[in-house]
Amino acid sequence: MKRSKNKYKDHPVTAEKIVLLIFVALWTAVCSAQPPRLPQGLDSGGPAKAARKKPEQGSSGGPALPSGLGGEGEGTASQPALPSGLVKEPASEMQDRQKPEPQPFSLPLDLAGFWELRGGLRLQDDPAQDDVSLAETRLQLTYDKYTPELISRGRFRFTGDMIYDAMAENHDVDLEEGEGFFDLREFWAAFTPVDFLDVKVGRQILTWGTGNLVFLNDLFPKDYQSFFLGRQLDYLKAPSDAIKFAFYSGNVGLDLVYTPRFDADRFVNGTRLSFFDTASGDLRGEDAPLETEQPDTWFEDHEVALRVHGSLEAYEWGLYGYTGFWKSPAGTDPQTGKRIFPELSAYGASFRGPVGAGIGNAEFSWYDSREDRDGDDPFVENSQLRFLTGYEQEIAEDLTLGVQYYLEFMLAHHAYEKNLPAGFPAREKARQWLTLDLNQELLAQNQLRLSLFIFYSTATKDAYLRPLAAYDATDRWKVEVGANLFMGDRDTFFGQFEENSNVYAAARYGF
Amino acid sequence: MRRNPAKIIIIAWIGLFTAAAGVIPAAAQEGGKTPSVEAIVEHANRVAYYQGQDGRADVDMRIIDSQGRERSRRFTILRRDNRPGEESDSKNPAEYTGDQRFYVYFKSPPDVSRTVFMVWKHVAPDREDDRWLYLPDLDLVKRIAASDERTSFVGSHFFYEDVSGRNTNEDDHELVDVTDTYFVLDNTPNEPERVEFSHFKMWIHRVTYLPIQIEYYDERGQAYRRYTALNVARPQGLLTVTESKMEDLRTGGHTTITYSQVEYDVGMPKDIFTERYLRKPPMQHIKK
Repeated sequence: MKRSKNKYKDHPVTAEKIVLLIFVALWTAVCSAQPPRLPQGLDSGGPAKAARKKPEQGSSGGPALPSGLGGEGEGTASQPALPSGLVKEPASEMQDRQKPEPQPFSLPLDLAGFWELRGGLRLQDDPAQDDVSLAETRLQLTYDKYTPELISRGRFRFTGDMIYDAMAENHDVDLEEGEGFFDLREFWAAFTPVDFLDVKVGRQILTWGTGNLVFLNDLFPKDYQSFFLGRQLDYLKAPSDAIKFAFYSGNVGLDLVYTPRFDADRFVNGTRLSFFDTASGDLRGEDAPLETEQPDTWFEDHEVALRVHGSLEAYEWGLYGYTGFWKSPAGTDPQTGKRIFPELSAYGASFRGPVGAGIGNAEFSWYDSREDRDGDDPFVENSQLRFLTGYEQEIAEDLTLGVQYYLEFMLAHHAYEKNLPAGFPAREKARQWLTLDLNQELLAQNQLRLSLFIFYSTATKDAYLRPLAAYDATDRWKVEVGANLFMGDRDTFFGQFEENSNVYAAARYGF
Repeated sequence: MRRNPAKIIIIAWIGLFTAAAGVIPAAAQEGGKTPSVEAIVEHANRVAYYQGQDGRADVDMRIIDSQGRERSRRFTILRRDNRPGEESDSKNPAEYTGDQRFYVYFKSPPDVSRTVFMVWKHVAPDREDDRWLYLPDLDLVKRIAASDERTSFVGSHFFYEDVSGRNTNEDDHELVDVTDTYFVLDNTPNEPERVEFSHFKMWIHRVTYLPIQIEYYDERGQAYRRYTALNVARPQGLLTVTESKMEDLRTGGHTTITYSQVEYDVGMPKDIFTERYLRKPPMQHIKK
């Protein structure tokens, strides 16, 4: 047998051994110097060991990692547990966590709503009205359906109130006036036929403009009866039967609202609230409610409202136009003595944005009373200029303060005065209001809200106060107590309602 | 049999490589390569608030008061970063920590259902966020004047600032400890008169840079408020806190937030965060 004369026969074995030895030595050294990799609670001792360790300081201080990050929720006093999920978790676990939470009870079929009980009392004796200002119960049902499969971004909504109003004379339904046992609040369909156009058609609530309870370019119908009687603030806005086109291009939008038949305000006509009638020189109440002649021909007595709006950074601007009628009675038919709604056009502009630590706004509107541009018709309201400026800021924790200055300037006042029939008190040329809005949220979950809104008319020194306390007892039960307080001389704008000052309370259950 | 020298060399390299693999992480762990505190803060901010370029989630908020009574808030939140090019920020998308926009559509409780809250978050130090509230029953777009971000968000124990993120330049940050799991930071406000805490500590997970716990201390050094990340997931591979808790240590009340149906990079257009979509909510992102 030939002996191998390989020099490496012995050396290779030695070299390998050396390399392996070095490797093993290094590895051992490294492993012994490394602190335990497993986070708190995941060492081989299992839950028992982790539990023992729990209140003590671990070798590595800090909270236990959350599930998902390698820990199982056990922490030490000084170290948070890692959340689960911070290690590689099996796909099934990840999917579980993505499942939506079980929903709490809600009605099926996209239904929602509330049931409410509301009562109010007059604070003063009003000979023309009952002592009880409000005694009603209301059930509101809403059906809301998103239907993208029918039409692009389609949505349909129905909101109706079933009302039992103990103070109403009769319960006949008048959908236009909102009277009777059923009030249809919303009944519309919306869709987006092309990318840049949103359309909404049907009975809907519409609002624009920057005023807070003061309206210049918002000529959509208001319900002043509900507002003064103490119903929920939502009811200040009466629904419009209209079609709205909203075009959008970049930062700018154009809204066009066509109302085929004039929608008047639900104004104070004496049936529920008395007012001062300049014609008779006295309070007028439920014994002699206002009689009116309303334009009501479809497509002839129509309204068109327009708004161009946009924003420059955080500053919002708007330009407005309207053609239609005065929304509340603003004239008298000399033959019949009935109150009328003369033709009106309005043009305006607004601006709103951050000012210092708060939000500032300014708005302007010119009311063109088309039937009496010269101002010499005593039976038709004169044209006006309206101006508003406001500012709102949070002044303390959860306490917000808003102030506004509003000016209503009668145009052609001289002609108005000259043509005023004898015995009629002349209205001032400028009506100026200051308003104050205070809102405070209290208690740990902000469930108590105190608010106070004050209108003050500077020239005539009359005022209207709206204090309110609302408490969210649970997620579904809400109670509120408030008042409508009118002060001033009888022939002033707010003072005329002095006998209507009332307090009210309500309980509402939402579902 | 003759040994192949190549084999020796290969074995030697394998051996050295394996040893090195054990050594290098250990060296990093020993603290030799701890990142600067500014880098940690920036990275943690990104992980917590800037995952993906946009996102949506369904949120279930349970508010428990000190007597154990429970309230809930359910809403969908949409978020979009103002991308580079839209702002003057010139960082690349992956490192973006600038302005964002949020859109919150409430689903419950019933009296806030369909109400929308929208925020344009500005990170510039002197610029306040812009906020809007849309009240559907009045069709009213209200502008909210609120300069204090450290007030309760919808009655919960979370503040607005917790939801949208506290600007990292508002505090002085100090790395006070490094454990195997966490970077522990102590943060002191630059303007102490604007906040109710004297300082706060953050435990940031070393591997993922996710803030796991934040504790707030009052003037006496007592912890009075604590945030904890409880559950974490990786939808689309992006680290997301799916369950978190904010405790009021003084009263014992707490709020737990659970996120579900989390999606990122859905391609949300910027104009969703404008008046158009306050009045007409983008149901395609909200209904899931």
